[in-house]
Amino acid sequence: MSVLVIAEHTGTALKTTTHTTIDAASHLGPVTVLVMGGVAVTPAEEAARLEHVTEVLLVEAPHLEHMLAEECAEQVVGLADKYRDILFPATTFGKNVMGRVAGILESSAVSDVIEIIDNKTFKHPTYAGNAIATVQTTEKKLIATIRPTAFNVVGESGRETKVTVIGAKPSLGLSTFVREELSDSSKPQLGSAKIVVSGGRGLKEADNFSMLEELAGKLGGGAIGATRAAVDLGWVPNDYQVGQTGKVVAPDIYFAVGISGAIQHLAGMKDSKVIVAINKDENAPIFDVATYGLVADLFEAIPELIKELS
Amino acid sequence: MKALVAIKHSINAYVKPTVKTDGSGVDLSTVKMSMNPFDEIAVEEAVRLKEAGKISEIIVVSIGKANVTESLRKALGMGADRGIHVLTDEDMYPLAVARILKVLLEKEGANIVLMGKQSIDGDNNQASQMLSGMMGWSQAMFASKVEIDDGKAEVTREVDGGLETISVKLPTVISTDLRLNEPRNVTLPNLMKAKQKPIEEVALIDLNVGTQSKVSVLKVEEPVARTGGIKVDNVAELVQKLKEEARVI
Ligand SMILES: Cc1cc2nc3c(=O)[nH]c(=O)nc-3n(C[C@H](O)[C@H](O)[C@H](O)COP(=O)(O)OP(=O)(O)OC[C@H]3O[C@@H](n4cnc5c(N)ncnc54)[C@H](O)[C@@H]3O)c2cc1C
Ligand SMILES: Nc1ncnc2c1ncn2[C@@H]1O[C@H](COP(=O)(O)O)[C@@H](O)[C@H]1O
Repeated sequence: MSVLVIAEHTGTALKTTTHTTIDAASHLGPVTVLVMGGVAVTPAEEAARLEHVTEVLLVEAPHLEHMLAEECAEQVVGLADKYRDILFPATTFGKNVMGRVAGILESSAVSDVIEIIDNKTFKHPTYAGNAIATVQTTEKKLIATIRPTAFNVVGESGRETKVTVIGAKPSLGLSTFVREELSDSSKPQLGSAKIVVSGGRGLKEADNFSMLEELAGKLGGGAIGATRAAVDLGWVPNDYQVGQTGKVVAPDIYFAVGISGAIQHLAGMKDSKVIVAINKDENAPIFDVATYGLVADLFEAIPELIKELS
Repeated sequence: MKALVAIKHSINAYVKPTVKTDGSGVDLSTVKMSMNPFDEIAVEEAVRLKEAGKISEIIVVSIGKANVTESLRKALGMGADRGIHVLTDEDMYPLAVARILKVLLEKEGANIVLMGKQSIDGDNNQASQMLSGMMGWSQAMFASKVEIDDGKAEVTREVDGGLETISVKLPTVISTDLRLNEPRNVTLPNLMKAKQKPIEEVALIDLNVGTQSKVSVLKVEEPVARTGGIKVDNVAELVQKLKEEARVI
């Protein structure tokens, strides 16, 4: 039996979290991708061209436009019988829908899978990444979210699978979309950027984040991240938060600027390839995970770094 | 209108967990335990809704060993009206938590459930969604703003792209995110007063719910430690290392 992957997309393109979930699913069996949305033909056609994908299902309906959890779960539950496993990306979208599907199906679920050992055995981080649990499930179905940074972005297969359009289950009408305030999507995205420059409380005020923007620019375009402290202070939007309860990133290079290195922050970035820490306190725990640590005042070091890179 | 708030007594957020050498789990024998931070936010929100006259009674529920009453007392000190302690020595998985809460919810007839978005020990982020699905209710997860009016709740949610506002019909399950509110400190007089508030103890078996987990933990290990970090003396050396050694820029 196939594995059902629930796609996350922008309406016009798949998000890379879908590609990484497909990669994880390919370890378990042939992959069917379910694309839901108001209008979602383009991402469905994109899914049909990807490696490992043997079937694409497209469900379009006005009530699916905003991917509300109740409506999406209803579609997934309707298909559940036909698939052995159901995988979602471990993103706010995937987490929102996955738990609901598992609840309706009265099935246990596994969150944030980082490794697939066999089709019943998985690893996932707990305690802010300080304890990696290996779990085994005896549920008939694996219902899980897949941590995007732990799997590969699948490429195109060179062929095109058929897209099957299926009818939507009627709207439950339990909730309605009101509005959204989204960050600029033309900027490099935190979850998938190769370079991330993050700032913490050491930045002192919101305006100083422009220094980090400039640094990210000099590095050829990086995404900006932050600690919970910087978000709580209102310096940057909530979606910049990196950590246990924010986004998990694993770029080629991560700059931690004026960040102490609390366990909750480390949980979101310690799998980055190279970590650069700039902090004036030589005992800051961030230096324990840094590939290159620089004990310095960031207000001197960052302008100097920008100059060096110019 | 009643609100039910589910709270977990878990490792304190500022303690670094140590994995037991036999791989059976995290050593909790001597660590400081506290109310799961997200659940504290849920209690605070319930108290604010009560203060605003939107709800009439707050019932706090915790499932676990005898020590979970510490968190229940704290919640009562913050302003919850009464507590339910579901006594069990076993760790409850999100599915079991949701099933237990469902039984209590049917008994208590609450219209709003407030929970944390995730427990900081299990990091599951499941129980709230599961409960909502089992009940066939609406759900508003990762809330950073909640307004209740006219049988509906308007909730702003923290999502990957920023913020999303939805309107959900009551009854509903809401899970809290960090920016929803700042929980109040419990004053000593309030903590003393909370001693008078009732905590009903319920034995898990009396609830008659299946809580046997189908997911078992085979082992728990520390993550692979990062190695080979160095300190550089200045910015020039940093740039040189990044270019020539790490070759990332
Ligand atoms: C339930 C819960 C969930 C959480 N989730 C997250 C999460 O997902 N992500 C997250 O990041 N945090 C999270 N936190 C918060 C976390 O515990 C820390 O409080 C937070 O990460 C600290 O942020 P910070 O490093 O910016 O601030 P601080 O810890 O205050 O550190 C600031 C650092 O800046 C340095 N500094 C100051 N001035 C300068 C200067 N001029 N030059 C150089 N260095 C300077 C200081 O030496 C210090 O090390 C969570 C906490 C809880 C309780
Ligand atoms: N043992 C428990 N007792 C009461 N509530 C719990 C318990 N475990 C989890 N919860 C609730 O479920 C939420 C989500 O937990 P989880 O799905 O484990 O991340 C928590 O924030 C609590 O509100």
